[in-house]
Formats: sequence, C-alpha cells, structure tokens
Amino acid sequence: MTTTYLAQYLFAGFLPLALFGYLAGRRKIRVQQDPNARYKASENLFGWYAVTRMLLPAVIVSAGATVLDLFDLMEVPWPMVAATALLLGAGAMWIGLKAINPGLRVRTALEKTIVRVLLLASLISILTTIGIVLSIVFEAVHFFRIVDFWDFLTGTTWNPDAATIGEDGSAQHLFGSVPLFAGTFMITAIAMCVAIPVGLFSAICMSEYASLRVRRVAKPALEILAGIPTVVYGFFAAITVSPFIVRLAESVGLQADFTNALSPGLVMGIMIIPLVSSLSDDVISSVPQSLREGSLALGAYPSETIKRVVLPAALPGIVSACLLAISRAVGETMIVVMAAGLQPNLTWNPLEGMTTVNVRIVDALTGDQAFDSPETLAAFGLGLVLLVLTLCLNIVSLTVIRKFRQKYE
Amino acid sequence: MSIHIDPRSLRKRKNREAQFKALSYMAISVAGIFLVIFFADIVRQGYTAFQQTEIAVEVTYTQEIYDNPRSAIDEKIAPLVSRGVTRILPMHLRENPQLMGKTEKLWVLANAEVDQHVKGKANRLKPREVTLVDEMRAAGEIRKAFNTGFFTNGDSKLPEMAGILSAAVGTLYLLAITFAFSFPAGVMAAIYLEEFAPDNRLMHIVEVNINNLAAIPSILFGLLGLAIFINFMGFPRSSALVGGLTLALMTLPVIIIATRAAIRAIPDSIREAALALGATHWQVVWDHVLPLSLPGILTGTIIGLARAIGETAPLLIIGMVAYIQDMPRGVTSAATVLPAQIYVWSSESLRAFTERTSAGIIVLLVVLLSMNAVAILLRNKYERKW
Repeated sequence: MTTTYLAQYLFAGFLPLALFGYLAGRRKIRVQQDPNARYKASENLFGWYAVTRMLLPAVIVSAGATVLDLFDLMEVPWPMVAATALLLGAGAMWIGLKAINPGLRVRTALEKTIVRVLLLASLISILTTIGIVLSIVFEAVHFFRIVDFWDFLTGTTWNPDAATIGEDGSAQHLFGSVPLFAGTFMITAIAMCVAIPVGLFSAICMSEYASLRVRRVAKPALEILAGIPTVVYGFFAAITVSPFIVRLAESVGLQADFTNALSPGLVMGIMIIPLVSSLSDDVISSVPQSLREGSLALGAYPSETIKRVVLPAALPGIVSACLLAISRAVGETMIVVMAAGLQPNLTWNPLEGMTTVNVRIVDALTGDQAFDSPETLAAFGLGLVLLVLTLCLNIVSLTVIRKFRQKYE
Repeated sequence: MSIHIDPRSLRKRKNREAQFKALSYMAISVAGIFLVIFFADIVRQGYTAFQQTEIAVEVTYTQEIYDNPRSAIDEKIAPLVSRGVTRILPMHLRENPQLMGKTEKLWVLANAEVDQHVKGKANRLKPREVTLVDEMRAAGEIRKAFNTGFFTNGDSKLPEMAGILSAAVGTLYLLAITFAFSFPAGVMAAIYLEEFAPDNRLMHIVEVNINNLAAIPSILFGLLGLAIFINFMGFPRSSALVGGLTLALMTLPVIIIATRAAIRAIPDSIREAALALGATHWQVVWDHVLPLSLPGILTGTIIGLARAIGETAPLLIIGMVAYIQDMPRGVTSAATVLPAQIYVWSSESLRAFTERTSAGIIVLLVVLLSMNAVAILLRNKYERKW
C-alpha cells in the first residue's frame, strides 16, 4: 500500500511540479535575454536551478515524516505529508523563480547542489555499516539478556532445541558456541591449507615465471574460478566431493561422514585461490624491479631471488592477503550450509561431521520459530561475533597493506 | 685470488630452481584441473535434464474424467504418466467441450521415475513397469524430447514439471532493483571521493569503511536486510524489493571501488586541458572524466552485478527461498531467484531433482560467465593506455 502511495506521490505530484519548474525557469530567462546577444546564459541551467530550489524542502519534509513514522514517534497521515512537501517545494521554487535574472550565477549554485548530493551518496556506505552494526547489536542485546555472554563464549554444548533442567529446576537452553567456532576454524584451516600455498605459488608463477601466453590462459581461468557462485561450489562439495572423500577414506580403512568437514574445507580453499593469488600478484608486482635485478646480478637464481628478496619485501602485503582470505573463509556461508553438518561436534577429526557458525545462523533464521525466541535471537549473537571477527581481520589487513603500499610508492 | 665454486652445490641450486619453478606451475595447474573436473562433473550430471521423456497415450474424454482424471488413460500406462498431466486433463476438457466422447493420441510427460529409467539412472520403478517401459520404448511410444517445460514452468514438487521460469523472472527483478539503486549511488560516491572530497578525517573514515564493507561476509548483509528492511521498515518478506535493496548495499562498495579505479586512470592532463579552457570543475567531470572512464565503470558494474545475482546467503536470511510456483507479479510479491532455486532443489530428497539442480547450475553459469565475458570484452575493446 505504501509503495503505491509513494508512486502516486512521485508521479502525480513530484515529477509534474519538477517539470513545471524546469519549463518555467527556462521561460523566465528566455524572455529576459536579448535573443540576438552574442553570449547568452544557458536556458537549461535556469530550468535545473528552479528544480533544485524545490528539492530541498520537499525532501526534508518527506524524510522527516518517514523517520517519525518508522520510529513510531508520531502517526503521520501520508496525504498531509505529501501535500506539505509539495506546497513547501512549490513555495521554494516560486522564490527561486522570482530571483531569476540573467546576472544570477546559477552554475555556481547548481554545482554546489550537485556536490552536496554526491557527498550524500558517499555517506551511504557509512550508513550501511552503521545499519549492519546496529541491526546486529540491537538483536544481540536481546539475546544476551536471556543467555549469559560468558556462557555463550565458553560453553561447549550447543543445544537450543532440547531444554535441560538447570540447577534451580527451570528449563534451560544450552547456547555454548565453542563447538560452532571449532567447526568454523576447522573448515577455515583446511581451506587455508589449500588456498594459501596454491594461491601464493600461482601468484609467483604469474608474476615471475609465466610467459605472456600462459598468463593469457591462466588469468581468465582464475577469474572464472572467482566468478562461480558459492551455491554452485556448495552443490559440488555436497554431491561430488563428499561421497568421493567417503569412498577414499573407506579404501584406506577410515570411517568418514557424508557431512565431513574436509570436503567443504577443500572446496572453499579452491574458491579462495583467486582472492589470494590476485592480491599477492598485486603486491609481488609492486616490489621494485631494481631489487630483483640487484639480486640476479649477484648470481642468484630466480627462485633464490624470489625466496630471499621478493617475498620478504612483499611479506606485509602477502600477510594481509592471507588475513583477507581467512575473513572470507570465516564468512562463507553457502558451501558450509550445503556440505557441512548440522550437528555441533567438538572434534579434531576432519572426517567427522561438524557444523559452523554460519550454518546455525541460517538454520535459526530459516526455521519456523517465533522471531523473539532465543533460538532465532541466537543467530544475531553469533552474527555479532562473526562481525567483530571479520571486522578485526579486515581492518588489520587493510592497515598492513596501506603501510606496505606507502613504502614503495 | 680465485673464486672457488663447488660444482655439487651449483647442481643442487640448479635443481632447487627447477623444483621451485615446477611447483609454481603446478599451483596454476591445480586451478585449471579443478575447473576441468568441475565443469565436466556439472555438465555430466546436468545435460540430461535438457531432455525430458514423453510417452504416447490415447486419451479418451468421458464424463468420468471430472471425477477421476486417470480413467482417461489406459490403466496399464496411467502409472507411468506424470501426475501433472492427469491433473490438467479435466481443465483441458472444460475448455474444449467438443472433445467429449472422443479419443485423442497425445505425447505427454512421463513421470520422473520413467524419465530416470530412460536416461539410465537409478529409479524406483517396479520390475513390471520396467519391462513395460522397455517394450514401449522399442515400439517408439516413449521418446526423449527437448525439455521446453524446464524453461517455461515455475517450480513444482514434481521433478518432471519443475522449471526455472519463475526463478529467472525473479532474478531479472532483483537485477533491475540492484542496478537501479547501486549504480547511481556508487558512481556518485566514487566521483565525490575522487574529484571533490577534501582530505579530511571524515573522508578517510569513508574510504576505510568502503574497503571494509567490500570484505564483510554477505550473510551479515542478510541480517541487515532482515532487521532493517523487513522488521523495522516493514517491507514484505521474501519480496524482490527487499532482496534487491540488500544486494544493492552489498554491490555498492564493489561499484565504488571499480569506478574510483577507472576515474583515477584518467590522466590529469585531460582535466587540466579542460580547466584551462574555462570549464568548471563539474563540467570537467561530466563532459570529460565520466565519458572517458565509462568503459571501466561499466566493466566493474557488470562484474559486481554478476556477483550479486549469484549470491544466495543473504537471500536465505530474508526468506527468498520459499517454494514459489508462479512468476512474481511485482517487486513486492514473493519471489525466488536462480541460486535460491538451485539451493531448494539441491535439498530435495527425490533423485530426479539432482539432475534439475545441475541443469539450473548450467543455466546460471552460462548467464554469469557471459556477463563476465561481456565485461572483459568491453574492457579489452575500450580500455585505453594513457
């Protein structure tokens, strides 16, 4: 209902008014200008000027009413908001139109407005971050009112469904997140064992050894790998890799679950190879050529140059690439949802089924519990820890890489 | 003074060099080999879904059809026919009353078990039915035809009827909304940061923040969508609007970063030349910098959008994985998208859905890879080295 109302407001009120302002502005300057003058002010600019005059009051009124409504501060009748916004807009436009004369510096005024709009656009990203933090913290606070924060971080049993009887005789849900994080870290570790060596060596190959022809094939191949959606990786891990690992384990006499941690880990590692390789490629190629030439001139082989000169010089950048890769692996959802288990399991054996933080978040929010049940709110508690974790990894990594760039540029 | 080189140590070093080089080439081949295995596996599992088994039946239209649609078909063959077909027979008769009492020979969909048997896959047909199917096949009464239903049907609980149309339309809606919100905002933000931003603390925060947003897990954007758009603003759950807005916020940093790189690649000489001719700052940006950097901006945008429509995790959180049969009628009605459809099918227990899942993946990959290919072509064609 609100959407149709918004559409009516826009198309029946706002746009015709804007169009009228544009035409009126143009007309006003046209009659004032000498049509035969050699230099004339651009009529379109005056049209746009009239439109921008109207924008500010209309937008402020609409935004203000929206905020009031969203926070339930005041019940605002929408027709009244629309009428006020349009009236104020029309008034401001009229003042603007009155002021129009050939000597008015419309271009300066217009450009100021444009730059302000651009500034607003660049603040959206900040708003997004604030939105993410607030939405997660807000619900997580509800959760931690029910569940003790310390128990949540250090408890080793995750069992939100079955209530156990506590010491005081009341029913208690168990929200110990350690097994979930154990699963996340296990799968992340397996993924890193694949992604970091393969990605790093690919980067070395691409920037130091490969001929142009090899690069021309290898680069798109890595880009394709990066372009495959995660749900597809998840399907591949669940349908092809898991049964393969189970059969492989059987052939050497081991027991493996179909939801083992190894297969999502391996596939996630493959998925992250392009991230590691492209970031490392960047930093390796930004190591100055003179360092390499100095080493080669002393008689070192390329491999010795790479190991003793290039890699140490590029180390901060490579470390930050690895941190970003870890953050990506921790946050990856679809592969683990499809290929890892649902059962929390605290184990060192990657062949057993394990669940992860993200699996439980998805499970809690796609279930049929009420939104304010502890099971659902637990998702936001887990989300908060995930947010803090990835935020720290990202910020450390970004700082390291910026310091590194400053050193060589 | 002479330099003494031990030939053994030299050989050792030479070997190490060869090993290191081989290792680095091996790393690249790992990626290549995975790609080959991966595509071969998906195609092997999915290509059969593009054909569907049809069965020739004689349909006799009688009054009884309204009570028991299956009575229209020979009772020996009836169990082989898809329930989706028998369900629409009464409707068909009601629309064409002149058919009453007549008999018609039709090619209709066989059910999923017959289909799997004909394709040589595991199935649950009874031995008696297996012989019947084999006989009919030999007699040419069972054939495999191109599976148009896969592209013209919505989701269904019957694997032989399930198609991707509603998911594809949902993906289009999502793409449109994501583009409409993230492209203008992203380009405007990038222009401000590159051309107009003062070098102050706030802008420094904005920059760090954008890089950081680009690395935040997508599932957290889903939590944002759930808490802000659905619970706080009251937008309808599972709608393309909420999904599109969530993905737009996720794509925004990608577009900003790509646009900034494209703008930065324009040499200052262009700006200075325009300024020297008396252009204002905005005229320089609008008339020179933007047109010149447009190929780069579009490349980045296409890649960002391709990533957005392949995304599933945030859509799971905002409930876009519901079972949706029909095409969404607008941006506020419940919709599903291709990756979500793939996820739903992959969690179905019926074996016949595995093939559908792989076929859906093939379609999704074709769409995404061609978007990426367009982006790369665009880059190669219009990219200028200054």
